[in-house]
Amino acid sequence: MIRFEHVTITYPDAESPTLVDVSFEIPEGELCLVVGVTGSGKSTLLRAVNGLVPRFSGGVLAGSVVIDGRSTAELPPRDLAEVVGVVGQDPSAGFVTDYVEDELAYAMENLGIAPDVMRRRVEDILDLLGLHELRHRPLASLSGGQQQRVAIGAVLTAGPRILVLDEPTSALDPAAAEEVLAALTRLVHDLGITVLIAEHRLERVVQYADRIVMVPGDGRPILVGTPAEIFSQSSVAPPVVELGRVAGWSPLPLSVRDARRLAGPLREQLSSITTVEFGRPEPIRGDTVAVTEGLRALYGPITALHGVDLTFRTGEVVAIMGRNGAGKSTLLNHLVGLREPVTGTVRVMGSEPHRLSAREVVRVAGLVPQDSGVLLYHDSVAAECSASDRDAGLLAGTTRTVLDRIVPGINAATHPRDLSEGQRLGLALSIVLASEPPLVLLDEPTRGLDYGAKKRLVEVLARLALSGHSVVIATHDVEVVAAVADRCIVLAEGEVVADGPARDVVVHSPVFAPQIAKVLAPLSLMTVEEVELALAATGNGPL
Amino acid sequence: MTTPRLLHPGAWWIWAVALAACALRTTNPVLLSLIIAVAGWVVVARRADVPWSRSFASFLRLGAIVIVIRVIFQVLFGVRVSGTTLFTIPEVTLPGWAAGVSLGGPVTVESLMAALYQGLRLAAVLACFGAATSLCSPYRMLRALPSAFYEAGVAVTIAFTFAPQAIVASRQVREARRLRGRSDRGIRAWTGSALPVLEGALDRAVSLAASMDSRGYGRRGSESASARRRSMGLVLLGLVAVAVGSYGLLDPGAPGIFRLPALALGVVALVGALIAGGRSSNRTRYRPDPWAMPEWLVALCGVVAYFSFVLVSQAGDALQPSTNPLEVPAAPVVAVVGLLIAALPSFLAPAPPRLVASTTPVAVAA
Repeated sequence: MIRFEHVTITYPDAESPTLVDVSFEIPEGELCLVVGVTGSGKSTLLRAVNGLVPRFSGGVLAGSVVIDGRSTAELPPRDLAEVVGVVGQDPSAGFVTDYVEDELAYAMENLGIAPDVMRRRVEDILDLLGLHELRHRPLASLSGGQQQRVAIGAVLTAGPRILVLDEPTSALDPAAAEEVLAALTRLVHDLGITVLIAEHRLERVVQYADRIVMVPGDGRPILVGTPAEIFSQSSVAPPVVELGRVAGWSPLPLSVRDARRLAGPLREQLSSITTVEFGRPEPIRGDTVAVTEGLRALYGPITALHGVDLTFRTGEVVAIMGRNGAGKSTLLNHLVGLREPVTGTVRVMGSEPHRLSAREVVRVAGLVPQDSGVLLYHDSVAAECSASDRDAGLLAGTTRTVLDRIVPGINAATHPRDLSEGQRLGLALSIVLASEPPLVLLDEPTRGLDYGAKKRLVEVLARLALSGHSVVIATHDVEVVAAVADRCIVLAEGEVVADGPARDVVVHSPVFAPQIAKVLAPLSLMTVEEVELALAATGNGPL
Repeated sequence: MTTPRLLHPGAWWIWAVALAACALRTTNPVLLSLIIAVAGWVVVARRADVPWSRSFASFLRLGAIVIVIRVIFQVLFGVRVSGTTLFTIPEVTLPGWAAGVSLGGPVTVESLMAALYQGLRLAAVLACFGAATSLCSPYRMLRALPSAFYEAGVAVTIAFTFAPQAIVASRQVREARRLRGRSDRGIRAWTGSALPVLEGALDRAVSLAASMDSRGYGRRGSESASARRRSMGLVLLGLVAVAVGSYGLLDPGAPGIFRLPALALGVVALVGALIAGGRSSNRTRYRPDPWAMPEWLVALCGVVAYFSFVLVSQAGDALQPSTNPLEVPAAPVVAVVGLLIAALPSFLAPAPPRLVASTTPVAVAA
């Protein structure tokens, strides 16, 4: 169905090709997962399937990409619309209309499908993806998960045989991600559609995949194989696979279900262990940094926050979780003074952030927004650093020192756009940290990060808390919460529904529990590191 | 009163273009202010719950900037007009090649008022286009475009969505500046954010174009390559001729051939391209926007307002109040009535469908 033959893709002005001599073939009806570290060329590979690369990106594609017997060299993306549907990383950036129904019909209108057929197909897709209640809604009013499903529906109505998705669940809360993935597996199993999907959070998708395309980056050859084959030799693996390696299981489990069936003896062995032996020590909490009292916020006509009372203290890492649209970002925006409370108060270090000048705010609270790239708009890392020193009135070189502590060894002349996702986040974080605000806020920091970059971020955050910052992250990533958070707050419809030690909040939740907790329930271990510590404490080592 | 629905985009554009044409015919500050008020009134009454509908305020701000720039230019470089001198700035003698441009000199009330009126006229035109974008999103206009223009696919998409995208991007850049500890006011904030805003808006427009293309936008059935090139050429010729012609009509100094003849040539070329393109396109519509009574009425309101201005301009010079000598501008009754008619769409147009707040979980993260 999809055939790449000796494909080499070089972007204009790039020193070396992004993909080198890539050849593989994906048969019809498979769900194929594309994995690899950030910046390895996954998106390039996906966008080459219908010719968006190089037609919309510039650059040169050598070799050939053959889709359902047609070469993308001869046909532009528009003439492949009924064969390939492409859904980008940010669904809202690809919306062409304002309302759900119009968006679903758009591709069919272009293909000239008869109006009565269109009506029928729109109804089918609405049902297939569970969108019927949203049909008359403006797209801008939908939550992230709903938007993602509409984006998938909008390419499906054209009746493509291949669906290409670039990180479809990266912006979604765990439940919404399940929703989207369930819809995708249904398409593969019921309709025989070939799905090509890139994803960093392997724990979410690996169990559904028939095949994995591993893009290692740096021009090394790609690997193609079944999940079991790939994970037996790859360093990138979801937590269940890691657990399987630690416990010495064979074959390696790919889903929580597989692992749970193998985990009986391990649970038995660890049953008498207490959290003291594997958990992180309780953080040393210091002064109160920020307080919200009765905070109420509106988002258009909707109440986004509803009487929120919270206190943040130094030394702790707090995770804020909750559905898309539960009010997480709104809360962070209030803490940094981007928005003014409707009623109630926000105080950070004793003053109300929205009344402070920009320069005063950065000394008390710093926010790294969801798309950290928006903070960067100079043409080199050095320029970013010196501008940051100037803005905040710091000694020259301060930002660069912070940057070297967080991500060492970035070339000062590099354009921020050419940094990897993790490096860019590190740069944005150093700009925010340079003025040493006691309150550090991060909105969805792990979006688009691979496991290695995530691990380094977790270390940085833990160090920040130790050095007396109050760190608050809004995130959907339960594995990161398990790895770093001391305290977890769950928001729902703008209200605080849970606030307590992270372990108590996430371990027994069917939605927020990390994979290890699900495998080992009723034990309350959350990460592979904890399992290793616990095994060491029992004195037995691995089984 | 009809059931809530969205009005055909064409009707709003006819109304808005007619209103803008009114603004172009006058420098009377009373009428221009009234035009801006009418546009704002209709926008508030009939905009839908979509992101673009909030862009009107940005167009008003842009208008205010235009007025300020126009006045500053008048003070610095403007043609010197005799009258009551407010203050004098030092005159600079320019070299011979810059003849006709004056720099500095006495600044009179009369010249300032003239500049103000002209700035206000541009602001009113901007308000009319702001009203059109707020009342029907550029996306809907894009879908209603005839198929011949698809050849210019990417360019058209970028042209139509660039301004609204820039407004979204500028909000993002303003927030990012604050997060970096830079002040969000003052001239440095403006110059510092111009590039990121343009970059962001262009990125968005291009990714939108990519999404449209991969969903089949711009497909031309089984047409031959030569026919494709022919209609492409016609569109290009038509657009250029229309642009030259409309510029010529606005600039009284343009040679005759660049006025009506150029416009007519452009229209003929575009119609030709439409016919040629319409034959080969096999595009269909899902739920075509109906063109019913409300559409006729809204379009008519705009056209009536325009003709009221034509009537007034033939009767006298009330549309161009004198600034030298300076006089209090009169408000010609016929033009005012015409503009009041142009305000009628605020209830002649059907109300847009409204959301019920309680059933709307909004993406707060957006």
